[in-house]
Amino acid sequence: MGNVLTIILQRLALGFLTLLVVSVVIFVAVNLLPGDFAQSILGQGATPESVAAIRRDLGLDQPMVTRYFSWLGGALQGDFGSSFAQASFANFTGSDSGAGSVAQQIAPRFANTMFLAAVSAAIAVPFALVLGVLAALYRNSVFDRATNIFTLSSISSPEFFLAYVLILFLAVLNPILPSVSNIFADMAFSDRLEKTLLPALTLTLVVTAHMMRMTRAAIINLLSSPYIEMARLKGMSPLRVIVRHALPNALAPIINVVAINLAYLITGVVVVEVVFVYPGIGQLFVDSVKFRDIPVVQACCLIFAAAYILLNLTADIMSILSNPRLRHPK
Amino acid sequence: MIWFAAALLGFAAIAWGFRFAGQVATGRAPYFRDMTFGVAYGYIFAVAALVWLVWAYLQGRSPDPAVANKFFFLRIAVEGFIVFAIGAWLFRLFGRNVGTKGTKRLFRSMPLTASFGIMMILIYVFVAVFASFLAPYGQAEIIRGVPANIMPGGDIALGGNPDFPLGTDQIGRDILSRLIYGAQNTVGIAFATTVIAFALGGSMGFLAATLGGWLDQLLSRIVDVLMAIPSLIFALLLMTIASVWAPRLGIPQTYFMILIIAVIDSTRVYRLSRAVGQSIVVMDYIEAAKLRGEGMGYLMFKEILPNATAPLLAEFGLRFCFVFLTIASLSFLGVGIQPPLADWGTMVRDLGGFVNFAQFAPMVATPPLLAAGAIALLAVAVNFVVDWMLHRSSGLKD
Repeated sequence: MGNVLTIILQRLALGFLTLLVVSVVIFVAVNLLPGDFAQSILGQGATPESVAAIRRDLGLDQPMVTRYFSWLGGALQGDFGSSFAQASFANFTGSDSGAGSVAQQIAPRFANTMFLAAVSAAIAVPFALVLGVLAALYRNSVFDRATNIFTLSSISSPEFFLAYVLILFLAVLNPILPSVSNIFADMAFSDRLEKTLLPALTLTLVVTAHMMRMTRAAIINLLSSPYIEMARLKGMSPLRVIVRHALPNALAPIINVVAINLAYLITGVVVVEVVFVYPGIGQLFVDSVKFRDIPVVQACCLIFAAAYILLNLTADIMSILSNPRLRHPK
Repeated sequence: MIWFAAALLGFAAIAWGFRFAGQVATGRAPYFRDMTFGVAYGYIFAVAALVWLVWAYLQGRSPDPAVANKFFFLRIAVEGFIVFAIGAWLFRLFGRNVGTKGTKRLFRSMPLTASFGIMMILIYVFVAVFASFLAPYGQAEIIRGVPANIMPGGDIALGGNPDFPLGTDQIGRDILSRLIYGAQNTVGIAFATTVIAFALGGSMGFLAATLGGWLDQLLSRIVDVLMAIPSLIFALLLMTIASVWAPRLGIPQTYFMILIIAVIDSTRVYRLSRAVGQSIVVMDYIEAAKLRGEGMGYLMFKEILPNATAPLLAEFGLRFCFVFLTIASLSFLGVGIQPPLADWGTMVRDLGGFVNFAQFAPMVATPPLLAAGAIALLAVAVNFVVDWMLHRSSGLKD
């Protein structure tokens, strides 16, 4: 068991190191911008004195290394600084309610994005597993070919195409679901679910294909093993052979691909959120990219990267844990 | 929803009955005797789905416009599917009988999906190359004396104009011309980006594989960090910075986008070419070339590259799809290919709102769907071809 523990600790350390380096990359990338926050807030008619004053207030006169550590320290405590869009207002009104802080803008939207990702995962994972098992069971049949074509098409279509097709058929021509997901904080769960369903279905279509193909491939890989042959010769039904004998052994790659797709779900929401005007973190990110609201862009980028790295790390650790050869060393 | 569940349950009963009837009628023939319930259910489900499709298609041809409008898109989808399937079949037949011996053999073992893919890629290339001859108007031409937002379809009674079969956009440019030019811009830029990504990632990967040591370590760690950031997010971050620099330096933003996406995607190419290169470097003929005193460039491009073409070619197809979809997504989000260049992603963003009027006049919703569909169709076509190539090279049969 000690062996596994060391490997996992190594992976964890490596993951956090990666996260640290990624935060440096994001910070440096943003600092490549010409001018700085002070000039951007004050605009073109700024006097040198007022620029210097704001620089001092925001700590922009400090060297870059110092600024990086204070930004990182703040980010770790959930303080991402203040957003450009709101900072100027807060200065004028003299209010210090924290309305302009990036953290306050992000927090509710982060919850919304997590909700969307959770709903899509709850639909996609069981659906993909069942489809994958069925495709492996009836491999090379018409059903298998049809699902192959269908999944390949949905993987390679852009998300906005799938989104508009779903809007067309499920919201416009047959008004079953709303095409715009306006979500408020104090909304009943069922309402919220109804408004989230269409974006979640779009994401499901994108993610299911990959998971289903990997499930099918993982199971089929095992079908030539001697113990599968044995189970078949015993007279087991094909479904039982796959569910009882092949599936447990194919679990490691399947868990891995599920975790990778969950990572994709959290980062791939950007386009879908924009199409459905879903008030999530992806939409905030795109809006701040357009308005060059750098503190928000920086914070969103860090959050997305952290979610992505953590989920990939989980996938890594899960696949180590599900390998019995590593769990029970000789 | 309830009806749907009831129908699924009903299918179960019918499937059981179907299998039982088959057993009785054929006197327990092995085919029916050994049929699992799942297979019987599948038959019934498929028959029901086919019947529904035929019904929906006939609804789309109904004389009542309210009913026909509702099924218009399904009708087009069914017709498109049939036309493309016949086209792919004819193309394969053509390929089997015309050409050299090698191409004939290639077409003989080809599944219909792959021949569909090759046919579509050829069509896109043709449209992209001859866009300026095919398009009736210029891509940025604002046509004088013609109102903006002419109804697509060319039906004068509904507010269309037969000169503009797909109507005009919000500032009066011909949508059909922009769709055709979109092939040139979107596909061309994606292709150029992929080529740059391959030149960069491939040469770096081979270099790391041949030299090894600290250079390999350094490049690999850089690539690890770049790959840890989700690519679309990273591209958006860098595009924010590029959008500030572009006007200052006087370089179009599109060039920045090509460079940014090429660098981000070259990390994936680097991984593959390094792995492939490492397995080739240990071969005897590389050792022989080294002893002959050949230079690094000769080793990389004359010895390693020819032996790595098969996996790199399949990767090129996949990479092209990714780059193409990333560029389309960036353009859709408004930070990709910039106007006045015509581009499918931007067209979807500008015209997407019209989808909401589809129940009144289905033609209104076609331009954004055509633009998005053009992106999807090319990506699907390339994926079909790559899938077939991988299947062939791996020799997978089961």
